[in-house]
Amino acid sequence: MARRAFPLGLGAVTAGLGLFLLGPLAAVMWRADQGFSRFDLAAVSFTFWQAALSAALSMALAVPVARALFRRRFLGRSFVISILGAPFLLPVIVAVLGLLSIFGRAGLLAAIAAKFGVTLPPIYGAGGVILAHVFLNMPFGVRLLLLGWQGIPSERFRLAQSLGFVPKATFLHLEWPMLRLVLPGALMAIFVICLSSFAVALTLGGGPRATTVELSIYQALRFDFNLGAAATLAIMQFALCLAALFLSTALPVQHGFGRGLDREVVLQSLKGWRRWADFVLLLMAMCFLLLPLGGLFINGFWGLSALPAPIWLAALRSVGVALCAAFLACLLAFVLARASLQFGRSFDAVAMLPLATSSLVLGTGIFLIIHPFISPAKAALVITILTNGCLSLPFAFRILLPDLRRIYEDYGRQIALYGLEPWAALRFVIWPRMRRAIGFAMGVTAALSMGDLGVITLFASQDGATLPMMIARLLGAYKMETAASASLFLVILTFGIFWLFDYGGRRHAQD
Amino acid sequence: MELSIPLRPLQIRMMAMRKISLFAAGFYALASMAHAETPVLNVLTYDSFTSEWGPGPAVEAAFEPLCACDLVFQGAGDGAALLARIQLEGVSSDVDVVLGLDTSLTEAARATGLFAALPDLPAPDLPISWQDVTFAPFDWGWFAFVYDNTKLNQAPQSFVELAASGLKIVIQDPRSSTPGLGLLLWVKAAYGDGAAQVWADLADNIVTVTPDWSQSYGMFLAGEVDMVLSYTTSPAYHLIAESDTTKSAAKFSEGHYMQVEVAGKLAATDQPKLADQFLAFMISPAFQNIIPQTNWMYPAHALPQGLPSGFEKMITPNVSLLMSSQQAFKSRDPALNEWRAALSR
Repeated sequence: MARRAFPLGLGAVTAGLGLFLLGPLAAVMWRADQGFSRFDLAAVSFTFWQAALSAALSMALAVPVARALFRRRFLGRSFVISILGAPFLLPVIVAVLGLLSIFGRAGLLAAIAAKFGVTLPPIYGAGGVILAHVFLNMPFGVRLLLLGWQGIPSERFRLAQSLGFVPKATFLHLEWPMLRLVLPGALMAIFVICLSSFAVALTLGGGPRATTVELSIYQALRFDFNLGAAATLAIMQFALCLAALFLSTALPVQHGFGRGLDREVVLQSLKGWRRWADFVLLLMAMCFLLLPLGGLFINGFWGLSALPAPIWLAALRSVGVALCAAFLACLLAFVLARASLQFGRSFDAVAMLPLATSSLVLGTGIFLIIHPFISPAKAALVITILTNGCLSLPFAFRILLPDLRRIYEDYGRQIALYGLEPWAALRFVIWPRMRRAIGFAMGVTAALSMGDLGVITLFASQDGATLPMMIARLLGAYKMETAASASLFLVILTFGIFWLFDYGGRRHAQD
Repeated sequence: MELSIPLRPLQIRMMAMRKISLFAAGFYALASMAHAETPVLNVLTYDSFTSEWGPGPAVEAAFEPLCACDLVFQGAGDGAALLARIQLEGVSSDVDVVLGLDTSLTEAARATGLFAALPDLPAPDLPISWQDVTFAPFDWGWFAFVYDNTKLNQAPQSFVELAASGLKIVIQDPRSSTPGLGLLLWVKAAYGDGAAQVWADLADNIVTVTPDWSQSYGMFLAGEVDMVLSYTTSPAYHLIAESDTTKSAAKFSEGHYMQVEVAGKLAATDQPKLADQFLAFMISPAFQNIIPQTNWMYPAHALPQGLPSGFEKMITPNVSLLMSSQQAFKSRDPALNEWRAALSR
């Protein structure tokens, strides 16, 4: 009975999500009176290769960092894992200013280099874009990989140790098969995030050379009011993302490690140069990630206590939106992840669909659909929750899927054999093994929803502003210092929510 | 289950809501009848106008006692977003007045046919002659490059000097920002066919192009660039609000392009009288007085008591440049292509 009820609910979820994402696009195309006029090949090609390079570099760095984090135990390791969540969650403009405080012309590195009479090459250009994308996404990759490493049963590592595997053999027989499972999905997710980047790409790209498809969409919607062009560009972005998705799902998914007893991994301590290599690697990764965050901290700290009252109200609103959106995203992700395992991987595509959507076109389309029925300002917060929930769904999905797959492969037969009710299976089999991933997914989606500004600006009224909108207003009123403090507040709040969920999930779980 | 508990009260409440929805509908009808006694004027404007730190709150407080109405500001991004929003809503819009378009957008706005003719209003006090039957100016400013006078002793006095210098500047993208578009038209108005060459010469000075003004200005304040595209009145903010005298605007011999911000009445408004009353209020001293120290622009009508002290220290360009709205509309796409070509090299 439960088996029949599930596909029904699932159909509703799939149809609902599809309608929510594709309906607005259709609405924009419906209203378009001009055709697509300028096919901007340069924008498409720049968008594509910067995203590909950013994703490749992010993951190339993420693998050794995650590996070092997995096999080393040191004081503050838990803090390091937590802080890895931070860059990914920063609002774009905040992240850019943080990066510039270190890598910019007037940044820390330039100042140090000047002491030695060296002039550093400017950050602006394709290099800067990729640097920023690596800063923003590499930590997310590390966290995804770390979950993969922790998913390898500790018994396999013990066996490897007792068989006297050298590190190379451990890598070949245990770590590489895991990487083959986790890497394609993570690469794809980061590639797609970088595809829709526009403020980072333009600001650090040094000008119109760095035009992305999303900027062209923005121009088509705002200045040209050419809905046809916007829709066509959005479809092209969609196609790029779907192609990437297709590639990543064409790879095998069986991990075949077999079941473990969920015991803590006890690793032989490393010796010699490997130990030092790990140490240096982690130190460098931390410097790369923490210095820009430190720059933000210094800029905003002194004004923190004097933030005006509307900021607090907006913060409350943002937290509410974030929590609702996170719950929605994780629920949808869980349902779709189960569907992907039970009914085939086409549900992967459904869950990844939001990543491919342009939030600008989405917002415009929703506006066109609801505006005849209700004042958009009245629906602002609900729309924000729905869109943030949907747009962060792919991240929750990527985080939950590998763990859920492992559980189904390892325990699916027992669940069926004992005829466990779905709730019982969830309670006793799935939840204890997934709380780490669920906590991380809730944290990531809540934090992503805190920083998002893309959609709400079309709807928000005078007094419905969220914290990111307040920051934009402060910036628009020359109040850059207050804005810096409000940004720091946003970062602290965002990170606080993330940490609560993430820590809540990792506590008592094997770490 | 932990996940199911919070759902339950909600479901119960939703079922209860369905039952009372008939009653609610009746109440809403009554409530809206009572509400109808206070007319509502909807003014669509850009976000920084309605914000706590913009002119919006003071304007609302000053106008509502005069009109015995409810003045509601709807915020929508920036000037370009306003136009897009009006086009999205079309004739079914509940907006009565749009406030915050500039002359680079008014021609496209007029072409939508959504705007009505203005009531009879006195002519604005602008450095140039002004004629428009659809849009009335409420404030204006000159674009300028702003710099830190403690770091830069000799500011360039023209685009040519700027291009020849090693100074680093940040500008805004004309495809996403109205000041960015203003600079594009500035160079075009000053140099005509020579504009492409000016952009080519400026290319090595432009550190980067940001999507909007605040990112540029933030980079400038952080010391990342020597000069930023902003307004001649930007130093007034630092001087008056922060007692900071270190910011100056460079005076260019080619003249300075103007941004004239205007408001217009929608043809489909259900409050035409109230809209006219608002537009008349908009050019009165009560509204105009609020502009200099909230929008940091010049009021479109001379203030009886003059500008706030500090504004007299701002530079006054020798030449004011402004294309007619038709000219600006026609020049935009070719100028944009020149700009892209010159900076993509």
